[in-house]
Amino acid sequence: MVKLIAKSPCAGLLPKTIGTVTLTEIDAGRMTLVAPFAGQKKSVSDALKSSIGVGFPAPNRTSGTTPRAVWCGRGQALIIGADCPDLEGAACVDHSDAWAIVQIDGADATALLARLTPIDLRASTFKRGHTARTLIGHMTGGITRLGVQSFEVMVMRSMAATLMHDLTQAAQNIAARADVGD
Amino acid sequence: MRLPCPLCGDRDRREFYYQGHAVMLERPLRDAGANAWDDYLHNRDNPAGETRDLWHHEAGCGAWIVVTRNTVTHEVLGAILAENAKKTGAQA
Ligand SMILES: [Zn+2]
Repeated sequence: MVKLIAKSPCAGLLPKTIGTVTLTEIDAGRMTLVAPFAGQKKSVSDALKSSIGVGFPAPNRTSGTTPRAVWCGRGQALIIGADCPDLEGAACVDHSDAWAIVQIDGADATALLARLTPIDLRASTFKRGHTARTLIGHMTGGITRLGVQSFEVMVMRSMAATLMHDLTQAAQNIAARADVGD
Repeated sequence: MRLPCPLCGDRDRREFYYQGHAVMLERPLRDAGANAWDDYLHNRDNPAGETRDLWHHEAGCGAWIVVTRNTVTHEVLGAILAENAKKTGAQA
């Protein structure tokens, strides 16, 4: 049988360092979208907790680290980094390879994202483990805070190059301003 | 302008799609008659003051919400999930 070579969504585009900001691709591995049926959220969360150790996250939140669950819309979450167990009370869809995920680190990480998204990114409002479904440039996607100067941005895989273009341009503009001393 | 999504919190208007008056949630019965259906599909008030509209948080959580706002002062008074408005008849 022909052995195909797997290619990550951002292959050839990342990693990249621009000014104070570093962009790295995150390989999420196994990913499953879980959408509990009406009235089933609690039982689905319990089943997830007992099989992979993370519960169904509250809106705008993540739970766990490896594996982890990331809320991604009304009644929906992505289970990342583990095989999804059989869940009676939920619709489960394989999203492995469906998302381009980029980690943004550095002193200007917040400033960079502030150029691309309308949400309030201040650390007092958007804390570690918080996630948001929002606009990134003209795309819809997800933003999660990983740390003080660290975020994860995800868009559908087909938008990887556009995301890279938007992130690169924003980072270059910030770096250029720093060069001329604002 | 910001809208208070019941799931996501205050969000920029760019993240929402506007559908129209929340009367859309009060679908007449199939045999309600031509007048009721004509009203439901075509006739809308044009209030100077408080109104309730349906918005879709399309670039956010994907929920349909009912927003109460004032067309004169532009004040946004509140929002609830459309699923709850339908279930309970609650007002935003
Ligand atoms: Zn929302």
